[in-house]
Amino acid sequence: MASTTGGASSGAMDAKIIREERRWTLVMVGVGIAMTFFIAATSLIFMSHPPSNVERIDPDRIHVSGEFIEANLGTELGAGGTAVVRAVSRIFNFDPSCLIVPVGTLVTFRMTGPDVIHGVMIPTTNFNTMIVPGYVSKVTTRFDRPGVYRMPCHEYCGLGHHGMWAEIRVVEPKDWPFDKARVRCDRG
Amino acid sequence: MTAADKRLVLAHWWLSFALFVCALFLGFWQFWFRSPIPPGFGTPTQYYISVTAHGTIIAFAFTTLFAMGFGYAVTALTTGAALRWRTGAWQAFALACIGLALLLVAIVSGRATVLYTFYPPLVASFAFYLGLTLLVVGSWFWVAHTIASFYAWKGAHRGQTTPLGLFMVTATAMLWLWASIGAALELLFQLIPLSLGWTDRIDVGLARTLFSWTLHAIVYFWLLPAYIALYLIVPEEAGGRLYSDPMGRLAFVLFLVFGVPVGLHHLFMDPEHGTAFKFVQGVFTVFVSLPTLLTVFSICASLEIAGRLRGGRGSLGWVTTLPWGRPAMLATGLAAIMLGLGGLGGLINMSYALNSAVHNTAWITAHFHLIFAGTVVILYFAIAYHLWPTLTGRSLHSVRSVRVQLVTWCVGMLLLTLPWHVTGIMGQPRRMAFFDYTDAVLAPTAWLTTLSLLGGTLVLISGLHFLWNLSLARSSEMQQVDVRFARPAVSNAHVPSALNGFALWNWLTAAAMVAVYGWPIAQFFIYPSFGAAGISVGGPP
Repeated sequence: MASTTGGASSGAMDAKIIREERRWTLVMVGVGIAMTFFIAATSLIFMSHPPSNVERIDPDRIHVSGEFIEANLGTELGAGGTAVVRAVSRIFNFDPSCLIVPVGTLVTFRMTGPDVIHGVMIPTTNFNTMIVPGYVSKVTTRFDRPGVYRMPCHEYCGLGHHGMWAEIRVVEPKDWPFDKARVRCDRG
Repeated sequence: MTAADKRLVLAHWWLSFALFVCALFLGFWQFWFRSPIPPGFGTPTQYYISVTAHGTIIAFAFTTLFAMGFGYAVTALTTGAALRWRTGAWQAFALACIGLALLLVAIVSGRATVLYTFYPPLVASFAFYLGLTLLVVGSWFWVAHTIASFYAWKGAHRGQTTPLGLFMVTATAMLWLWASIGAALELLFQLIPLSLGWTDRIDVGLARTLFSWTLHAIVYFWLLPAYIALYLIVPEEAGGRLYSDPMGRLAFVLFLVFGVPVGLHHLFMDPEHGTAFKFVQGVFTVFVSLPTLLTVFSICASLEIAGRLRGGRGSLGWVTTLPWGRPAMLATGLAAIMLGLGGLGGLINMSYALNSAVHNTAWITAHFHLIFAGTVVILYFAIAYHLWPTLTGRSLHSVRSVRVQLVTWCVGMLLLTLPWHVTGIMGQPRRMAFFDYTDAVLAPTAWLTTLSLLGGTLVLISGLHFLWNLSLARSSEMQQVDVRFARPAVSNAHVPSALNGFALWNWLTAAAMVAVYGWPIAQFFIYPSFGAAGISVGGPP
């Protein structure tokens, strides 16, 4: 049975309906353009972009040489009051498993992993990135409230995924161990 | 509809619904297992096996089989002819069943615990990938059958406008074809060679990008059968007309054009893509809401016609005169509530920068359960109830029982998903087998998760109630009555030729895909990728 054999309405009715539909469509396209504008404007004004540095690295060699060898992992204070955190995610833990960063400081996280896909976030902050083998993930953020935060792996990485939680401590400048070049709290 | 065609549709649907109820039990157990009051049986390994089975069944089997069955039915009903290649359709169904058996055995044996999204470099057993491939190939036969039926009708009725239902089903089939190409490429060129040991490394970035091609468009493939019900079944059951035929066509071709080139928004947080294409696909994602907004207008206008025909007056009086007690009408109202709430959540997910607040938290799982299992599945129920008398020659035993089932589903879904959203904002990551609720961060989510579990219980009961309602349908005089689809208020004699075919829209989709996926895929071939060694996952449960 055909569903489409002619309507009963007159040509005037047709024209009215088409006019109304056109008006609604234009308004909705306008809404879409406005939303696009908002998203573009806010991400540019606050420089809030997803992690997108596209930096390749050989996942088989990260523990042997280069930026992510064991001695380089942890938090390093840089020039101009910024900090860089380097960490590695592997099944099923983060290394370091406890990080320490200064409050109110721009912190750049650089993370990668040797095995499977992981992800990491710090709940109640905007820190969030995937960690894909073969790439370095880079996120820059600032923590405004001191405290102890959880840092779970948020991507399924195998049968022990649920055990993959790290910790990050955001501390006041007075508590910052300035005597060390590189700090982490999992082994003092 | 011929009796033989009805049997074909019913075979797809019974299998689809049986799998659906199995997946409901798994989903319920998963929620219970990770709740603050766990059942005391099961292991984390079994949890991940269950997540894999639940996701694979719902994403690839329940939905695809339902859409195939519905597609065959709409094709037969709108063309008024017997299906063209029924034997082939049965063979494709058999192929899909073999595929399904293979992948379920692989999952249950614990050798495919990679979730339905694959996650290479984790590697499942070859049987899992082969089973999925066979299932998809079976569905491609349905795609071919639908497209052939469409063009055969057009050839036999030169100069006429194609039936709206046939047009919409064909758009759905084409969308699925476009959608499935990404995952098919990943399966054929990356995962299957890896699982057979022909290769030992995999380009993970490329694999994720190809899967993202499928991952969002597949959602619209699940959604479109529900939208077909909104355009064809709901206005008819409300006692009115479809406001406009061309607008419905436009909405469906917009899904075709905007539905596929948006997948990169699933990779906003990924390091293998730069900001430019993430932003561009974010913009496309904004505009894929357009066909839904057009649909909202068309359906509201159609219902207004029905409400006024039934004596409704004033600017909103027509709402109260609508026959809300009829299953399809009730399901539409409940679906609208869930779509409204879920749509608001979707605005956050698609926001290029705001996404970092919710990515991979429980918020996301809650979101797609509300939108898919809520809005879409409740309309699947409505479709099944509406077509059941035509297909089986039996009428539903009790409309009241149907109403109770639909309302329970909606209440259960809201109770399940609303607290679940909040736990995501509070810091629950998704896909975890259990949580330490004694931890200071997770402790506040304990009562919310318990509330969700209560909602999940209602959902499980409602799902069983659905199957019960279908099984109890009784023989009646309705045997020979074919279901009627809504007729448009505007004559469809002057539908523009662009909206009477798909050539323009497929070219636009192809152009959009080259424009927004061209570089994101080409980069993996231009720059050396290190890749990662495959890692087998699992073992006996």
